[in-house]
Order: sequence, then C-alpha cells, then structure tokens
Amino acid sequence: MDVNWIMRNLDEIGQRTLEHVFLTVIAISVGFVISFILALLIRRARWLEGPIIGVSGVLYAIPSLALFAFLVPFTGIQNPLTAEIALVSYTILILLRNILAGLQSVPREVIEAADGMGYTSSQRLWRVELPVALPVIVAGLRIATVTIIGLVTVTALIGLGGLGYLIVDIGYRRFFLTATIVGSVGAVTLAVLADRGFVVLQHALTPWARQRAED
Amino acid sequence: MEFLGTVIDWFADPANLFGASGLQGRLGEHMILSIIPLTIAMAVALPIGAWIGHSGRAANLVINIANVGRAIPSLAILAMATMLLQAFIVSIGLRQLASEIATMIALTALAIPPILTNTYVGISEVDGDLVEAGRGMGMREIQILREVEVPVALPVILVGIRTAAVQVVATATLGAVFATGGLGRFIIDGIAQRRFDEVFAGALVVAILSILTEFLFGFIQRRVTSRGLHAGSAIREPVPVGPR
Repeated sequence: MDVNWIMRNLDEIGQRTLEHVFLTVIAISVGFVISFILALLIRRARWLEGPIIGVSGVLYAIPSLALFAFLVPFTGIQNPLTAEIALVSYTILILLRNILAGLQSVPREVIEAADGMGYTSSQRLWRVELPVALPVIVAGLRIATVTIIGLVTVTALIGLGGLGYLIVDIGYRRFFLTATIVGSVGAVTLAVLADRGFVVLQHALTPWARQRAED
Repeated sequence: MEFLGTVIDWFADPANLFGASGLQGRLGEHMILSIIPLTIAMAVALPIGAWIGHSGRAANLVINIANVGRAIPSLAILAMATMLLQAFIVSIGLRQLASEIATMIALTALAIPPILTNTYVGISEVDGDLVEAGRGMGMREIQILREVEVPVALPVILVGIRTAAVQVVATATLGAVFATGGLGRFIIDGIAQRRFDEVFAGALVVAILSILTEFLFGFIQRRVTSRGLHAGSAIREPVPVGPR
C-alpha cells in the first residue's frame, strides 16, 4: 500500500467517488419513479404484471458490460445516458417486485377499515397502504442500491470514471495495486453506508414501528 | 437501421465466425472460463454446505461470508485476483495462461457463496420429523443426508447452482478487461478500436448465452425436482444476486 499516493491524490479519489455516487443516485431515483408508476399501473390492470416482470427479468439476466455495449453504438461512450439506461433497467425488477410485494402485504382488514372510514382509493393508497408497505419497499431500495453501486464500477469501461476508474484504469492498467484497493474499498464502503442510510431512513419514517417495539 | 445492417454484415463475414479469434474460438474460451470455476465451486461448496446444514455448525460464518461477498464488486475481485496472483502463476511456469487462471480463481470465489448458502439453507430447512423418521428407521447420519435431506433440499440447492452459473457466465465477460479470451474480447476490443458493429455483435452473443444459461438451469431444476415436492410449498427463490 502506497499511503503517500493516497495522500497526494485525495482530490482524484474524491472526484471519482462523487462520480460514482452521482451515477448511483440518478439510477436509483429514476428507477424508483418508473417502478412506482409501473406498480400503480399494475394495480389498475393486473394482467400487466406478467409481461412487465417477464421483460425486466430477461434484462436482469444480461451482464452489465453487454447491456452497456448494446447502447454504446447509439448513445456513444463517455455518455452517462449509456450507463443510466442500463442501470435503471436493472433497478426496475428489484424495486417493482418489492413495491408490489409490499402493497400485497397490507392485511385485508386494514384495507376494509380504510374503506369503511370513507377513504377514496387514492387516499387509501397514500395514507394506509404505502405506509404499511414501507418496510418491504425500503428493503427493495437497499438491495437495488447495493447492486447498482457494484455495477457502476463497470461503467469505467465505457469511459465514465467512478471508482472503477481507480480499480481498472489506474490500478490494473498501470499495475498499481494501491489504486485498485482504494477503489474496491471505496465501493464496498459506499454500499455499506447506503445500506445503513436506508435503515435509518426507514426507522425515521415509521415511528409507529418504533413505538410498538417499546411497548 | 443502417447500423443494424453493419451488425448483420459482421455476422455474415466468415472471418468473424471461425478460427481462434472468431465467434467459434471465443465461445469455446468462454465456456471453458465458465465451466471450470463452476465445477470447482460445486465440488467445494456442495459438501461443505451439506455438512453445515446437517450439523448446524458454523452457520453464521457462512452467512457472513456470503453477505460480505455480495458487497464486493466482481470487477474489483477480478482486478485483485489478477494483480495479486499473476506474478505467482508466471513464476510456476504458466505464463501463457496466467490471466485465464487468475480470472478462473476469481470466478470460483464468486460462484461459491450462492451454492454454499443455498445448500446450507436447503438442508437446514428440511422438516425435522423427516430426519427423525430416518433415524428411527436405523439410518446412519450419512444415509440421512444422502437419502432424505439432499433429495428434499435439491430444488433449493439447484437454485443456488443456477445463480452461480448465471453469475459466472456473465462475469467471465469481464475477464476480457484483464487480458483473458472469451466473448468479452469482442466488446472490450471493439470499444478500444471504435468498431461498434463488433461491440454490438459481441453483446448480442453474450446476452443470448446468459439467457440460455438461465433457462437451461431453470429447466434442469424443474426436471430434477421430485414430484412430491412440486405439490408442496412453492420453492423459495434465493436472495437475489444482482446482475454482473
């Protein structure tokens, strides 16, 4: 380990980490919005579930480098759009499955109680079903985020920087192990921090669960 | 549309299809890069997972290894394996195959956790009454494992093998970054030389191979599952392992 190199290149390491976070945040945010809209569509038209899950399942089986490579001829290298289209399509299977599972986990009596209290369908969704489904939805966000942080390393191969740049371009191509270790440890650290962050977020968003635990 | 024409032309050119650096050779390399690590991983993880599932010992250790393993990007594992092992592999006289061997060691490391955890989970969740019945019939421990626990746990074990297989075939593509052969060569060399017809063609073959692997192992899983188990509870899908 060359600690001096790390000290001299803190700017570069910070820059690559920011690129990594940036690509991840966009993928998860866009993926979540699309999955949420798809989940609402499926609530209205159940028959859509099979085809949508089927298509995203097939996309999920395609290796990331291949999915980037499909897009490269059209959107080019060094274009974040190339990476984001692929990354977003990976998040959809995980997020959509968990949003649907979360909504299905709401007990019948709870829904009937909400109807009995005169909630409209959308009031019931926002005030009753989504809060109850929250833990399962957050579980999906955790898996998706950890997965995407790992995959963003591969975007270095299409010229997008991120921590993969430290692992491959500086580390492997110049045979400099310190950079590879810094990039790898950085990616694992980001994944752990993101995962913990969602746990804290869930804790903050579900005060009733906390209260129950204290009772 | 014009672009897709160039991709079709790429596939029509015999130079791209045959020979060592054509599809034929690269597909062969990709299969070898995938099958050897998967076989070694099964040879290691199946007996250990079965023993842990049967005895209940060291279970936490296995789960922790699997969880930590999931957070490490496969690109990082490949890079580390190549840089740390290459000099050693060259020093024992295998210079020609150094990249391939380092990549296969990394792929083996990636394939072990899903097989290990699924084997362990599958066996440890076998109904205790079944195991007791086996004991009551005078079966020895190894017989209980072989004739009761393994057949009942088989669907879950096969899900683990399928996950590992898909992961290995997918990640072998990344080996091309670290100077191995395989189908990833078309993508990596194509990007380096801006030959996008080759990039797209390579991606197409990689995608088809990955999807076929998923279907093949899914098919085996359904065929091998005992009919008595089909009727019972639905086979639990494992913790999803992300795309690679």
